[in-house]
Amino acid sequence: MIQEFKKTWKKYTIGMLWVLGLLWPLLGIHPDGTLSFEKTFTVWFYIFAGTFVFFIIYLMNQSGSLKFFTTPVSKAWEKGSVFTKTVPTWVWLLLAFVLALIYPQFTGRYAQDVAINVLIYVCLGLGLNIVVGLAGMLDLGYIAFYGVGAYSYALLNMHFGMSFWVCLPFAALFALIAGCIVGYPTLRMRGDYLAIVTLGFGEIVRIILNNWMELTNGPNGIMGFDRPGIYLPNFENGFFSMTWEHLWLKKLHLLYYVVLALAIVTIICIHRLNFSRVGRAWESIREDETASELMGVNTFIYKLLAYAMGALFAGMAGAFFSARMRFVSPESFTFLESAMVLCMVVLGGMGSIPGIFLGAAALIILPEVFREFELYRMLAFGGVMVIMMLFRPEGLIPAKRVGTRSEEREA
Amino acid sequence: MVTEPILELNNVHAGYGKINALKGISLKIYPGEIVAIIGANGAGKSTTLMTISGIVEIQQGEVKYDGQLINKVAAEKLPTMGLCQVPEGRRIFPRLTIMENLRLGAFYRKDTDQIQKDMEYAYSLFPILGERKKQHGGTLSGGEQQMLAIARALMTKPKLLLLDEPSLGLAPIIVQQIFDIIKKINKEDNVTILLVEQNANLALQAADRGYVIETGEITMEDEADKLIENPKIREAYLGE
Repeated sequence: MIQEFKKTWKKYTIGMLWVLGLLWPLLGIHPDGTLSFEKTFTVWFYIFAGTFVFFIIYLMNQSGSLKFFTTPVSKAWEKGSVFTKTVPTWVWLLLAFVLALIYPQFTGRYAQDVAINVLIYVCLGLGLNIVVGLAGMLDLGYIAFYGVGAYSYALLNMHFGMSFWVCLPFAALFALIAGCIVGYPTLRMRGDYLAIVTLGFGEIVRIILNNWMELTNGPNGIMGFDRPGIYLPNFENGFFSMTWEHLWLKKLHLLYYVVLALAIVTIICIHRLNFSRVGRAWESIREDETASELMGVNTFIYKLLAYAMGALFAGMAGAFFSARMRFVSPESFTFLESAMVLCMVVLGGMGSIPGIFLGAAALIILPEVFREFELYRMLAFGGVMVIMMLFRPEGLIPAKRVGTRSEEREA
Repeated sequence: MVTEPILELNNVHAGYGKINALKGISLKIYPGEIVAIIGANGAGKSTTLMTISGIVEIQQGEVKYDGQLINKVAAEKLPTMGLCQVPEGRRIFPRLTIMENLRLGAFYRKDTDQIQKDMEYAYSLFPILGERKKQHGGTLSGGEQQMLAIARALMTKPKLLLLDEPSLGLAPIIVQQIFDIIKKINKEDNVTILLVEQNANLALQAADRGYVIETGEITMEDEADKLIENPKIREAYLGE
């Protein structure tokens, strides 16, 4: 252990001094021009003490003095993973589904609200996953399509009185059209250039929503449109004289079921797409665009399709979002949201459906849990991202070929 | 020869931006042949193939395939017409399995049964691919990747196969193996082959005819045997 310490203490010390150098201008220079050192040192000392503990644990692990603890743990882990492998996947899926179904029965409004948020972001993340994870195009303006979907429902309902269920496909369609309009001129670009163009487009949509007073009511937003409603059969007058009764979905747990259904539809679609001929074409474009063109893949059409499909799911999520909030304003569709969705995809693991679930859950639930530390949220985000890229560059649950592809089944 | 050429280039000019890589290339390939294009670095060998495949735009001249002008045909349409390229540096899809790589070769085809048979045939040509069909392409060695690239191109059922530097970065024994396979494909499957190589000796031994390309122009054209004998070629490309 002494050996290890000798090797790394210099780097560690330099790192800590560097943190001190960074911290002092942030905490020590006050707006009135005075300088102080006390606060910086206290904060720095806390950081130092915390990291030192980790440093020692790391050193002990490196030199093997933690073997008495790590060996049994890794053995238990192995045993556990062997056990989980013997249970077929559908059991887990069914279990998850049942848990999701009974979730609102045991939780309050707040927890349901958080769950709805998570599921909306799962839909968004899965949609973005097509563009980023499968087709390999960096899209920084993805939230624009979410906005298009949200405003589609709000406006269609306001002006034409169309119900949520009728608007849902329309919202998806409008978002898809928006995707094609942006995609058509921009998808000739590759890599970084595409990212910048999509970033610009995201801003354009937000600014249009903000400034087109006549249509969108500008920064004041739109409110006063309907919630989703459902028709329930009414058997009061006997079975054969059944009537339909209209019910507004006012209760939060009913909305939860709507978004759950939406998320499940999205998951099934994405899963089917992922393991289809189209999915393979997308992946080939991600891997090597020229080569896939040489193999007869019409790269332009497939890239456009990826973009449009991503937009479609965002549009549906957007329609639900506005139906739940019953208020939309351009505030909700800033670049920060795009970055957030992208974070979920990257954090969870590109191209992996359970990964995106975990990513969305982590990025929505953790800030809720740590509400007191709201001020440091962005700092923590940055820190977590850096640590992630160091230790799990492929995401929390890296995409592996879940299930078998059709051709593997034949063999 | 009385037969029509399967591929004909007439005075083709092409390049990248303002740089002219090709300054009037003309060549003819007849069905059933193996033709080699040899030349130094930067002579325009790969650009010629990329121009035929429609990746690099033609500025002037014409490319005819099977009697049809293909100047403006999109790159992704060519495999359906039986013209396929194995690009330089292999360019397989590293994070897809070998099977998926082959599947992508058969991307435009809908005949599932025949695809399956062709895949079996590819595995019989390259047994190593059959053994590793569920591995990711990126985990293969260079030679195996080259084999995969050729197998992938064969899945398009080509009539004319363009091969760009199949020997690039491979051990001599593997190179020999790959050239044997190329000859086999040519003889048994009746695939016409246009080969671009820096390794002139190897290419000319395998080929029926050869073209020599220098700074974007064809400087010599002959039977492969005669090119090997040619003292100029021996000096410039065979290192004597």
